[in-house]
Amino acid sequence: MSVPVLIRELSFFRLKRSVLLGLKSLWLHKLRSLLTAMGIVFGVCSVIAMLAIGEGASHEAQQQIKELGSQNVILRSVKPTNKTTAGEQERSLILEYGITYRDISQIQATVPGVLVTIPARELKDFIWNEALSIDGSTRGTVPWFPDMRNRKVQRGRFFTQIEMDTRAPICVLSRSLARHLFPLSEPIGDTVRIQSSYFRVIGVIQDDPAVANSSEEKGATGATDQGAAMEMLIPITTLEDHFGEVLFKYRSGSFEAEKVELHEATVRIDTPDRVMPAAEAIRHILERNHKDVDYTMVVPLDLLRRAERTKQIFNIVLGSIAAISLVVGGIGIMNIMLATVTERTREIGIRRALGAKKKDIVMQFLIETVMLSGAGGLLGVALGLLIPIIITHFAQMETIIQLWAPILAFSISVMTGVLFGIYPAFRAAGMNPVEALRHE
Amino acid sequence: MVSSTSLEPVIELRGVEKHYQMGDTLVKALRGVDLRIYPGDYISILGPSGCGKSTMLNILGCLDQPSVGQYFLDGIDVSKLSDDNLSQVRGKKLGFIFQSYNLIQQLTVVENIEVPLYYQGLSEKESREIAVDLACRVGLSKRLDHKPTELSGGQQQRVAIARALSNDPAVILADEATGNLDSKSGGDILEIFDQLNADGKTLILITHDEGMSKRTSRTIRLKDGEIAFDSRREEVTA
Repeated sequence: MSVPVLIRELSFFRLKRSVLLGLKSLWLHKLRSLLTAMGIVFGVCSVIAMLAIGEGASHEAQQQIKELGSQNVILRSVKPTNKTTAGEQERSLILEYGITYRDISQIQATVPGVLVTIPARELKDFIWNEALSIDGSTRGTVPWFPDMRNRKVQRGRFFTQIEMDTRAPICVLSRSLARHLFPLSEPIGDTVRIQSSYFRVIGVIQDDPAVANSSEEKGATGATDQGAAMEMLIPITTLEDHFGEVLFKYRSGSFEAEKVELHEATVRIDTPDRVMPAAEAIRHILERNHKDVDYTMVVPLDLLRRAERTKQIFNIVLGSIAAISLVVGGIGIMNIMLATVTERTREIGIRRALGAKKKDIVMQFLIETVMLSGAGGLLGVALGLLIPIIITHFAQMETIIQLWAPILAFSISVMTGVLFGIYPAFRAAGMNPVEALRHE
Repeated sequence: MVSSTSLEPVIELRGVEKHYQMGDTLVKALRGVDLRIYPGDYISILGPSGCGKSTMLNILGCLDQPSVGQYFLDGIDVSKLSDDNLSQVRGKKLGFIFQSYNLIQQLTVVENIEVPLYYQGLSEKESREIAVDLACRVGLSKRLDHKPTELSGGQQQRVAIARALSNDPAVILADEATGNLDSKSGGDILEIFDQLNADGKTLILITHDEGMSKRTSRTIRLKDGEIAFDSRREEVTA
């Protein structure tokens, strides 16, 4: 007795009757049916909810990486750890490390596909507005920085080429810094001070999404969370003018001097498919030029790909959990159906005596199981759609429900019903009518 | 009923034996039964427990197949039929009435009567008409939508009779049909049987109640798996 034969024999009339009959016997044991379906309900609901949360989280992560610019390669200078312990340290008080202008010109000259580079220098010191101050970073950069790094100027404007050429004492504050230094007043037009230099605020830019959110970035720059978000942007020429090649930093009781030509450089590549080879070439140049690893390289595209791979793994793990939970649900259904079959042995005997064929009995129990799992699936879909909405509402987490997720989860639940219903149904049909009729 | 001898038998058993394996020993529940039952017969099969009555019922009801011998029901040799075909034969040619009524508890009176029709593939409308009509005939017109648990024993057995009649069977088999009923309800049921036979139905009552033999036109006594007495054979041989 194969499944196609069963389907052929099944007219619409019979199906309708079987469904009604199934409903009736499920309704007869409401609590039992509900509890049996629960396994499937939670299986389906958790699959949909987890997929939605996972999709939302990875979308958020990918968005952040995209904000770094998928065609960029970001180089950063890092204070090498072995230099402080070496004997070199005693000869010179000035620590010299990091990416140089030479690196950048070599990259621009030799790596194919390099469009522009954005050099940047950084000074870590207190930034003052009268009595308010914060330990932040001052970055010297170029006018096209906001475009290249996908950062929006929220108020005012960014500085221009002319202002860079004229080494104008102006600055743009990150949103966090502006809020901190000017909690009540308008920052634009006002001035801030670093050491003994004053800068006029001309704009406010959004916080660096990389440091604001990504811990990976924090580790690479070695900056503290707060310090990294507290950022002031000035023309790179202005930074050189005011603070020189060697950056001095005075702290309570100590003094540090660093000579770093460039703290950061962003290299933009013309097409996305040239980013990875270009990154490899840049890595070679830097390896040749630097004895110590005093730089880090961040390739957003690489991060993006890694994030996608992570998402794939996540989906596989989710899929396995879903499969396990549905198997558990299926076993629950099978268990109850086997009990039901035993309980209804007499009924099976009666039906067989009154002319029911084996396949009629198989259909009857199979339809019942599928209705049970299907109803569980529907309930699970409803809950699974509700939970992400609740999570988004209360936990402010992004969740994305893809159309295929509920459809897939529901079809799997129905298939679970068929799969785990087959054995009980065939067991019912295989009963000897004489013995079934005698069953008490 | 004497004229019925000239008709083709509706049931014919030829040397039917039924063997069961009970542990190491082979039990012969029926040992070579030859029997002819004609349309319109009203038969009681009597015998003490363990004489093979139940086995006889199972074989006659196509619920079981003989180990040896042949069984012709309405001209069809059913002793070698497949399970599916046997089900079909049961549904088409036989009506069952059991001692414990054997109604399906979650179905109403009408729905219980419809069960055999459902497996015959009748439409919902047709089977509903037949079922309602039969329910009225057995006096349950006011109880169509009641569940078996809401009915008395006699009423339940009447539902079972209506159900046995629904597919217009060639033979009706009743297994201790009045065994669970008080004498009043039992009497009512037997009156229905008399009426059915008068209408031309073939009825086989399997019972251990000696009183039944007075009611039926033919009595068959089983003893140790063999026919010990058949009133017709006595008639014929006499």
